[in-house]
Amino acid sequence: MADHAVVDDDEVDLSRRKFLTTATIATGAVGVAFTAVPFIESWSPSERARAQGAPVELDLSKIDAGQMATTVWRRSPIYVVRRTADMVTRVSGHDGELKDPTSQYSDQPPYAKNTLRSRTAEFLVLVGTCTHLGCLPKQRFTQGELYPSWPGGFFCPCHGSRFDLAGRVFDGSPASINLRVPPYSYPSPRTLLIGVDEKGAA
Amino acid sequence: MAVKTATGAPAALPTGVIAQPAKKGFWAWLNKRLPVDEFITTQMTGYLAPKNFNIWYFFGSLALAVLALQLLSGIYLTMFYKVGEATSFDSVEYIMREVNYGWLIRYLHSTGASAFFIVVYLHMYRALLYGSYRAPRELLWLIGMLVYLALMAEAFMGYVLPWGNMSFWGAQVIVNLFGTIPGIGPGLVEWIRGDYGIADATLNRFFALHVALIPLALLLLVVLHLTALHEVGSNNPDGIEIHKKVGPDGKPLDGIPFHPYYTVKDIFGVGVFSVLFAIVVFFVPTLGGLFLESPNFEPANPLSTPEHIAPVWYFTPYYAILRAVPDQRLGALLMLLAVSAFLFLPWLDRSPVKSIRYKGWMSRTALTLFTVAFIALGYLGLQPAEGLYVVLARIFAVIYFLFFLLMPFYTKLESVKPVPERVIYHAH
Amino acid sequence: MRTDADPSARRCAARGAARLRRLPLAAALLAGVLVHGMAGAAEDAAAPGEVAKYGADWQSWHANTNVTDMPSVQRGARNFVSFCLGCHSLKYARWSRVGTDLSIPTDLLQKDLLPPGDKTTDYILTTMPAKDAETWFGKTPPDLTLMLRARGRDYVYQYLKTFYVDPTRQTGANNLRLPATAMPHVLSELEGLKKAVYRDEMNKGEGGKSTHEQVFDHFETLAPGRLSETEYDGFVRDTVNFLDYVSEPTQAARRALGVWVVLFLLVFTWLAWLVKREYWKDVH
Repeated sequence: MADHAVVDDDEVDLSRRKFLTTATIATGAVGVAFTAVPFIESWSPSERARAQGAPVELDLSKIDAGQMATTVWRRSPIYVVRRTADMVTRVSGHDGELKDPTSQYSDQPPYAKNTLRSRTAEFLVLVGTCTHLGCLPKQRFTQGELYPSWPGGFFCPCHGSRFDLAGRVFDGSPASINLRVPPYSYPSPRTLLIGVDEKGAA
Repeated sequence: MAVKTATGAPAALPTGVIAQPAKKGFWAWLNKRLPVDEFITTQMTGYLAPKNFNIWYFFGSLALAVLALQLLSGIYLTMFYKVGEATSFDSVEYIMREVNYGWLIRYLHSTGASAFFIVVYLHMYRALLYGSYRAPRELLWLIGMLVYLALMAEAFMGYVLPWGNMSFWGAQVIVNLFGTIPGIGPGLVEWIRGDYGIADATLNRFFALHVALIPLALLLLVVLHLTALHEVGSNNPDGIEIHKKVGPDGKPLDGIPFHPYYTVKDIFGVGVFSVLFAIVVFFVPTLGGLFLESPNFEPANPLSTPEHIAPVWYFTPYYAILRAVPDQRLGALLMLLAVSAFLFLPWLDRSPVKSIRYKGWMSRTALTLFTVAFIALGYLGLQPAEGLYVVLARIFAVIYFLFFLLMPFYTKLESVKPVPERVIYHAH
Repeated sequence: MRTDADPSARRCAARGAARLRRLPLAAALLAGVLVHGMAGAAEDAAAPGEVAKYGADWQSWHANTNVTDMPSVQRGARNFVSFCLGCHSLKYARWSRVGTDLSIPTDLLQKDLLPPGDKTTDYILTTMPAKDAETWFGKTPPDLTLMLRARGRDYVYQYLKTFYVDPTRQTGANNLRLPATAMPHVLSELEGLKKAVYRDEMNKGEGGKSTHEQVFDHFETLAPGRLSETEYDGFVRDTVNFLDYVSEPTQAARRALGVWVVLFLLVFTWLAWLVKREYWKDVH
């Protein structure tokens, strides 16, 4: 036998060695994956973030007809518009100028997938974040305010996106989808609860 | 670069590790631009380590593993920790209660700190046992001592960050020690603190040093430490230089490739360590107040000193020496000497042999007494400084220093045992 | 308890008193404690004047609580809300979290535990203004979230059981575990009143001089409380258990996860050992 420390022995069972090494590496990989979980999970919203993102209640009687109230839910501005009867009629009649009049591509709960994009005609609840790059669109509710055929809606000052009185985006806007509608419900006729609907708390 | 047997035939390493670099493909492209393959074949498969490493030789790789753990858990903690007098303590509770798995990341880091010192002390003890600080490894030892000192600074500053009551008072006591330096002392203390007492300024700068500066220094020092090791080669429990006995191929007869033999052995070592580590993290994270001290669950209060101020256990041997001396200035000086005494070991040890296995009875007695003294001082440092504890601390402090002071004499005087030609190894 | 004539004090005391006297809750609480106490030994409170040598060994009293005893922790939560929340906050704990960890449904949480006006996601705060507390007691009642981790179970257990009547103090009470404590004997209605009996002890001082010292000997019951000794002991232990939970709410999850982690690591280490042994067959 050679005098060296490591000997090329015929007793070496290569297949056993390979099997054991593979088994150990596989187990080790599983261990690494499990170890990664707490580190990855730690980045998900903490209990504090979830508590701060709790549902927000709004007293609707404080909003006058034709006015908009702004509140915050989960760090996003929420627009609550009390549409007048006239504003409700101005939601129709310009479907041809809209990119997505039936809200096929936009993000809203099932009860907002209609022309008015809301549960009731009177109140419109939107996430006040422009779907282009995130600025806050400004209210332009008056007929003809921007140009003669303007039916009323929102105008984003950053890059000029336009949305109607149901938050639907106009052709020619840099934004490509309608404004988002958050989950919401009415625990009582004059109370709006943002963040809770039939599916429970968001 | 292939490892050959004495007959000259290539010893095919059964893992199938290729000795020759690939001539084509991604591997060849990479290796034309970065010496990856060269690194593996010279530092891993081509680095020959003595085959007779025993249990004392696990702690170097374990130290590296704990360093990696501390870096990972530490960086994650900084994602949630909010430094500041008014926010630090609360943010730690935020991590413990509200961050998903925050409690786990915190316990990994706090247990890791103590584990680091357990591993490093055992690692250093190996050097004492086998003379790993002797020529040509003096610089390796000195660099290691710098790692130890950096680690102590890192741990001290890290302990201040939760801003508990022990954080505050521990900082107060240790920073005040610098005031004993003649002349510049008081000014230096105020400069370190950045305020007239331990304050927000102190906390903030300790945070910067703990998170950024010292970890970088530690990484650099560890790289230097490993480079110095690979330059001279590893020592072993018999204290024999394996490179002095080579075969016809020029390779040491008692050497084996680090990879795969010591990589698989060290992975097993990490496994055993992890089991013990996990038991502490998940079942006894405070370890009865040794790893996480009770007073630190109360916020820092400059108007209320904890009943017993003691540093964390890994500093207590030196703390005991500090308190054993009735004079503050002298005590601080002796504490400093106690830590730095290790630096002189390569030149204090004048024995003709390296390893305790072949040294005489005087060295064995001295090392045993030193071990007992170090552990005893560690225990005494946790107790209140009164009565019998003080007497014992003084006795053990004397033993501690005598270990170093008398070493040039007893290592030269004693008769040693004959050192074998080849390392002692039993197949296992 | 609070006898200050200060009108704001009276108002706050009234608010605190209102909290303290949540009758339905206290009644349910007492019922629970009584049932719990009756299940234990049948020991009644000592009649006034009866010397029971009770308390001589107070320093070796152990809480012997088990934080995994969920019903006990739940009772402790109700104890805390009824008797402690008036002055002490648990500012690192949330109501909703306590509800989840203690398996208390949200509606029950809101009905029985949550102070009116607080949301379930709020931190558990006391309404007592810190400034007023400092005026009345000399110091702000400390937050108790981490008290168990800072002082230990036995400390809190002994603290709640060693209050005694002390006419020399403004609160009329003193405590063996924390002498000259600023806290009044809030639980006196439950525990009853007791006084400390001392004995004369001679100490050989230095130089052979002997000094006389008044050393605590035992407690003497002055008036019984609404709970018997066993019932009160159970009350204290439940409260300690709740404080134990609240000082580290993740401890149950920690231990549960730990079992799996250690088992996995044992399997991995065993495999690593086999690999090591296999490769080291090469080495001679």
